[in-house]
Amino acid sequence: MSTPGNSLKDKFLQGALSITLMSILFGFLLGGIILLVTGFNPLEAYGVILKGIFSRPKYVSYVIIYSTPLIITGLSVAFALRTGLFNIGAEGQYIMGALAAAAAGYYLKLPIVLHVFAAVGLAVLAAGVWGGLAGWFKARFGVNEVISTIMLNWTALYISNWATTIPSFGRQGTGKTYAVQGTAQIDILGQWKRTPEGIAFLREHPMLWDVLKSPVNLGFVFALVLAFLVWYILNKTTLGYELRAVGYNPHAAEAGGISVKRSIVVSMAISGALAGAAGAFQVLGVSHRIATLAIMEGYGFDGIAVSLIGNNSGPGCVFAGLLFGALKYGGSKIQDVMGAPTEVINIMIGIIIFFVAMPKLIRMILTWKQRRRLN
Amino acid sequence: MTSVDFSHKAVEMVDVVKKFGDFTANDRISLTVHRGEVHALLGENGAGKTTLMNCLYGLYHPTEGTIRINGETVVISDPNAAIRHGIGMVHQHFKLVEPFTVAENIVLGREPVKALGVLDLAEAERRVAEISDRYGLRVDPQAKIEDISVGSQQRVEILKALYRGAEILILDEPTAVLTPGEIKELIAIVRNLTREGKSIIIITHKLHEIKQVADFCTIIRRGVFIDRVEVAAVTEQELASKMVGRDVSFSVPKQEAQRGAVALTVDNLEVLDNRGIAAVDGLDLELHYGEILGIAGVDGNGQSELVEALMGLRPPAAGRIMLAGHDISGETPRRIIGRHMCAIHEDRQKRGLVLEFDIAENLILESYQSSPFSARGVLNHKEIYRFSDRCVETFDIRPRQSALVAKALSGGNQQKVIIAREVSKNPDILIASQPTRGLDVGAIEYVHKALVEQRDNGKAVLLISFELEEILTVADRIAVIFEGKIIGVLDSADADENKVGLLMAGGTQ
Repeated sequence: MSTPGNSLKDKFLQGALSITLMSILFGFLLGGIILLVTGFNPLEAYGVILKGIFSRPKYVSYVIIYSTPLIITGLSVAFALRTGLFNIGAEGQYIMGALAAAAAGYYLKLPIVLHVFAAVGLAVLAAGVWGGLAGWFKARFGVNEVISTIMLNWTALYISNWATTIPSFGRQGTGKTYAVQGTAQIDILGQWKRTPEGIAFLREHPMLWDVLKSPVNLGFVFALVLAFLVWYILNKTTLGYELRAVGYNPHAAEAGGISVKRSIVVSMAISGALAGAAGAFQVLGVSHRIATLAIMEGYGFDGIAVSLIGNNSGPGCVFAGLLFGALKYGGSKIQDVMGAPTEVINIMIGIIIFFVAMPKLIRMILTWKQRRRLN
Repeated sequence: MTSVDFSHKAVEMVDVVKKFGDFTANDRISLTVHRGEVHALLGENGAGKTTLMNCLYGLYHPTEGTIRINGETVVISDPNAAIRHGIGMVHQHFKLVEPFTVAENIVLGREPVKALGVLDLAEAERRVAEISDRYGLRVDPQAKIEDISVGSQQRVEILKALYRGAEILILDEPTAVLTPGEIKELIAIVRNLTREGKSIIIITHKLHEIKQVADFCTIIRRGVFIDRVEVAAVTEQELASKMVGRDVSFSVPKQEAQRGAVALTVDNLEVLDNRGIAAVDGLDLELHYGEILGIAGVDGNGQSELVEALMGLRPPAAGRIMLAGHDISGETPRRIIGRHMCAIHEDRQKRGLVLEFDIAENLILESYQSSPFSARGVLNHKEIYRFSDRCVETFDIRPRQSALVAKALSGGNQQKVIIAREVSKNPDILIASQPTRGLDVGAIEYVHKALVEQRDNGKAVLLISFELEEILTVADRIAVIFEGKIIGVLDSADADENKVGLLMAGGTQ
C-alpha cells in the first residue's frame, strides 16, 4: 500500500513526470562527470550545447527537423506498447515508408497537395502492411513480434537497397535515387527561396533567411497532428478501448468478446503506419530521396527510447522527441568547438533511459529525504 | 487439542498500530499465541489481517506497539530478522521457482555446499526427506514444482519455513486454493506441527475451518480488535456476527423454483485441455429457465474447460451446445454474449477484470461497442460514467468511485463489479463459476442473493462450485461432474453431503 496523498507535491513525488525529469537531470549529471573524467569542462560543454540549440533561429529549426521523425517513430512504438506489443520493427517500417514515398514522389504525376497525399498514403499503406505482417505472424502462428520485426527490419533494408539499384529509379553510381518531384515535396517555401525574388526578399529579412537555410518542412506539423490522433484513438474511441484492454489483460478482453488476434494485427498495422509516415515526411521534406544503406539509420530504434522517455503517451512523445532531437543536434557541436567526444551525448541518452526504466530507484531517491525526516 | 502450552507465550503483539499516511490499517491490535497453539486470525477482506501479519514478519514496521517473541521484546526489521526469530510465513500466492525441484526450492538461500561452493544436491535431498518425514509432510524431493499439485506446492512452502528453523508459522489464507481433500490433509499437518511444539497462526475468513482446526481466534474488523475467543466455546454463527458486525444468515432465503422450458442443452460435449487431453469427455447437460443448476465436483474434473467451451473461449472437439435452437459450439465469445448468455468466470483477475481499467471501463467490457456507450466508434464517456455511477450505487460497490482502478478494490468489490456487469446485461442464461471464491461471508451472502434473484426472474443459472456447501444451499438441482462427465443429477431436496460427496469421488448411487 502506498501513501495516499492528494497534494500537488505528493502527486509530483509519485508521478511519472517527476521520474522522467529526475532521470534527465541524472543523465546530465553523469554525462558531466564523464566529460570531466575525459578532461573537458562540463559547464563549458553544456554551454556549447545550449548555444548550439538556441542561439540562432536556424539552430532551432534544425532541432525541430531532427526531432520530427523521432517524435513519429516514438508514437509508433508507444502505440504498440499500449496494446502490450513491443514493436522493434519501427525501423523497418520506417524504411518501407521512406521507400514507398520516394517511389511515389518520383514516379507519379500529380498536382501539388494531391501528390503529397498520394505519396504519404502509399507510404503509410506499405508500412502498415509491414507492421501488420508481424502482427499477423503473432496472431496466426504465435511468433513473438520482437523476433519477427527484427527479421522484417533486415528484409526491409535489403528491399530498399535493391530498389535503389533499379535503373529507372536509382542514379547509376551514386547509390541514391532520383529526387521526388517538386509537387510531392513538403518543404516550406522550398522552391521560392531559390528564386531571384526570394533571395532578394530574404536579404531584407535576415531572421527568416536564417530559418530557411535549413530544410524546414511541414513534417513537424504533421507530427503534432499524429500525436493528437494517437492520444484520441487510444483514449476516446472503441478501437483504443479494445487495444488497451488487450494490452492490459488479453484473457479478460477475450472473455468480454474482444477479438485478441484482430487487435494484435490492427495495433501492429497502425504502429507500422505511423513509422511509415515518419519515413515519408523525412523523404518528402528533408532528403527528397533514399539512398543505399550499409546499416540502418536508427530512427525506429531511437523511437523506442523516445517512447520510453515520453511515458508511451502522445504528448509525451512530442516532448521526448524534441529533447532527443535537441541533444542530437546541439550535442554534435561539442566536437567542433571543444573537440569533446559526441558519444557523451549518446551516453547521456542511455543514462536517461536507464533511470526512466528504474522508477523505483528514482522514487527511493525522491522520498529518501522525507523518510529521513520521519525517522 | 491438548498441545497448547499455556506457560509459554510464543508471540505477543501488544497494541500494534500501523498507519499508511492518514489511513489506519491496524488500530491498537493485540494478539497472543502460545506454544503448540493454532491461532486463527479472523476478519473480512480488508480488515487488516495481512497487514498485522506482515508487521510480525518484518515486511512492514508497526507505527506503534510492541512485539515480543518467547517473552523477549524484539524489533523485526525485515523477513531475515523474522526468520532468525523463528518466524516463517507461507503466503497466499506461493513464492516458488517453478522449473526447480522441490529440494532445490526448499534449500534455496541456504544450500548445503561441497568444496568450492558446489551445490550438494544429494545432501539437500537427504535433509528435505528428513524434515518431511519428521512432520509427516509428503513430498517428492526430486519432482519439479511445475509438475506437482497446488496442495503439494503448499507443503513445499511449509517445509521451506521449517527448514529455516521456523517455530512460529504464519499461513495466509492457506485453504483458498485447495481441494476438499487437500484441506483435510493440511489440517492433519497443522495438528502434527503443533504436537511438535510449533505455533501456527492462520489468516482466514472461513468459519468451519476455524472450528475444525483452531484453538483460539482473534477477530478484527476494519483494523480494530474485536475479540479473542476460545474456539470450542463459540458457534460459527457467533464468529460470523463478530466478524461482520451484524447477524449473518447462512441459508439463502428462496422460494420453490418455478422451473420453465429448456434453456441450454449440452450434448455429448468433448473439450481438450491445454495438454490435449479430453478434460470434458462426453458431457450431457440440460439447463432450464427458472432454476439454478449446480455443478458439484472436485477441482480439475473439467469444470474450467466446460465453462470456456460454453462461452466460446475454447473450441469443443466434439458434441453440440444448443441455445434457443442454435448450435453455438465454435461461435465467438461476442456472438454468444449476444445470444444473452453471460458468465462470471472463476478467476476474476484473469478472465473477469482488466485490473488497470477503472470501474466504469470494466463495467462496459461487453457493451462498449453499442449504444449509448459509443456511437460510430467514439466512446461517450458521459454515458459510461453515468451508467457506472448507477451500478456502483445499485450493486453497492465500495468505494463509490467510478474512476477508481479495479486493482485498488477488495476481492469482494471486484466481484461486485463483475456481477453488476453481467446482471445489468439481463442475460437469459447466467453461468457463475466459483463466484464466491476467496470472498468473506458478507460478500458471499450478496452473491447468492443475486443468483437467486436471477432465477426468480425466470432466468437460467448454472452454478459451478468446488464448495459442496454452496451447491447444497443455493442450487435447485445438482449435477455431479467427475472426469469430464456428469455422473448423476439429483434434486436438491433429496441431496445431502454424503450422497453428493460419494458421487464427487466417482462412486455410484
